[in-house]
Amino acid sequence: MLKKESLEIVETRYFTFAEPPHPLKLQSGRSIGPVTLAYETYGRPNAEKTNAILVCHALSGDAHAAGLSPDDRTPGWWDGLIGPGRALDTNRYFVICSNVIGGCKGSTGPSSPNPETGRPYALDFPMITIADMVEAQRHLIDHLGIDKLFCVIGGSMGGMQTLQWASAYPDRVLSAIPIATALKHSPQQIAFNEVIRQAIMADPAWRKGGYYDAGQPENGLALARMIGHITFMSDQSMEEKFSRRLKKENLSFQFTEDFEVEGYLRYRGYNFVKRFDANSYLYITKALDYFDLSGLHFIPAVKSTSIRFLVISFKSDWLYPSYQSQEIVRALKRKHAYTTYFDLVSTYGHDAFLIEIEDETRLIRNFLANVGQS
Amino acid sequence: MKPDHQIIVDIVAQGARVLDLGCGEGELLSHLRLEKKARVQGIELDEERMHTCVEKGLTVLQGDIESGLVDYPEASFDYVILNQIMQEIKKADFVVQEALRVGRRVIVGFPNFAHWSARLTLFLCGRTPINEALPYHWFETPNVRFLTIRDFIDYCTARKITIEQRYYLGKRGRMSRLPNWRAQNAIFVLTK
Repeated sequence: MLKKESLEIVETRYFTFAEPPHPLKLQSGRSIGPVTLAYETYGRPNAEKTNAILVCHALSGDAHAAGLSPDDRTPGWWDGLIGPGRALDTNRYFVICSNVIGGCKGSTGPSSPNPETGRPYALDFPMITIADMVEAQRHLIDHLGIDKLFCVIGGSMGGMQTLQWASAYPDRVLSAIPIATALKHSPQQIAFNEVIRQAIMADPAWRKGGYYDAGQPENGLALARMIGHITFMSDQSMEEKFSRRLKKENLSFQFTEDFEVEGYLRYRGYNFVKRFDANSYLYITKALDYFDLSGLHFIPAVKSTSIRFLVISFKSDWLYPSYQSQEIVRALKRKHAYTTYFDLVSTYGHDAFLIEIEDETRLIRNFLANVGQS
Repeated sequence: MKPDHQIIVDIVAQGARVLDLGCGEGELLSHLRLEKKARVQGIELDEERMHTCVEKGLTVLQGDIESGLVDYPEASFDYVILNQIMQEIKKADFVVQEALRVGRRVIVGFPNFAHWSARLTLFLCGRTPINEALPYHWFETPNVRFLTIRDFIDYCTARKITIEQRYYLGKRGRMSRLPNWRAQNAIFVLTK
């Protein structure tokens, strides 16, 4: 009976590499070092280390994917999917999740101290890409002594990293599960990200990125996150969650929060300021926009791939619409990849990949059970 | 095993790459994987049936048959299977042509609308035929096309498609005499 329970308290660990004189070469041509990645692991590696699953997080995620944090016992962001007896069964698999380079949850990012000045990098931090995130993870995977990943999985930006892993290291990935993601951002997605960035940069408190002594550009970052939250939900899920319900009994006839949806967005926005660095938000949204594995960029080294793919999209996701997952499937067909693709029914919009645990569990568990069988 | 599945399993070569359009719960694909060590891919629209496929360890794409073929490069598969689905496809001609592009061979299986019982029902009773191969009432049938063995042979002739092999199934299994009169189901192996 104990086996179905959540993982216990999980400690975040840190791995530092790319020490001088061997900095990490970035896609932009610039280099950075040393680089630290915060990461967590769940379950144990088997003797041959063939049971490792890499979980990649989304824009505002972190290394804490499962279990409880030691300080306030917060469950990980994908706790429903990872643990004993769950889809990523920690009795069978060795699950790894690391915070991306450029992030602000323990990995090297714009808020980390620049070794040259001792002060936060701020905008001196080099631009990073999804490929750079994966390259940094590759160092961690090497460090953990893993030659081939049993599976790489992630939603949204995590899905991009999953695709990047398959593309850059086709021989080191046995199976891949990109969820609610795309081979490239559409102009609409870039447009939302640009508005999000402008919201931060238009706040005078941003100070051209040099706000670390004075404190976060609260209003700009909160506004940026509010925009984000609108795109994560669907029209239907907002209707179900808020409808036009009022916070108080009557309309205020002032510019205060009349509707529950307004209160929700403000709460989410201002809460985000406490936990996420504004510059990291700028860098990571840019990485999302730069990502492009379309056309010949997808798994370019090989004509055909034996990686087993499970591609998942959600019908109500309008931020990463199903057609973008279908483009992934199309690219996979051209690579003669044997692919499973599901367009799952959900009303939760883009958030569905974090919420529809039951459907995902059924699918991912069955899929993984057969990886490596034939 | 269903008799039509048995015939198809017998046709397919060891280790072949197979695409099954409208694979349902993956019954046929499972047989092909087990008995012929085939590398199998299915396309299906129904989510519940797809879940069953994944439980069996089959790879299956959610999609419709018309658009499912176009992205595959030429000769991606040794066999493309269109079993008991032809009669449900709107763009039948397009799908057959695409299947012939994507597969080296195409296996088509369909119910014969010219079976004597169907002819009699229509001729004597004036009713749309209902039999084992065509089990639906007009108001609930998924079939949008009603083709006969002779229709299909004429079609292949007109489109210059080679019929490599032909199999006919009657009430009691394989048969060969007067197929358009006596066969309930037909299975054709096509090449360009």
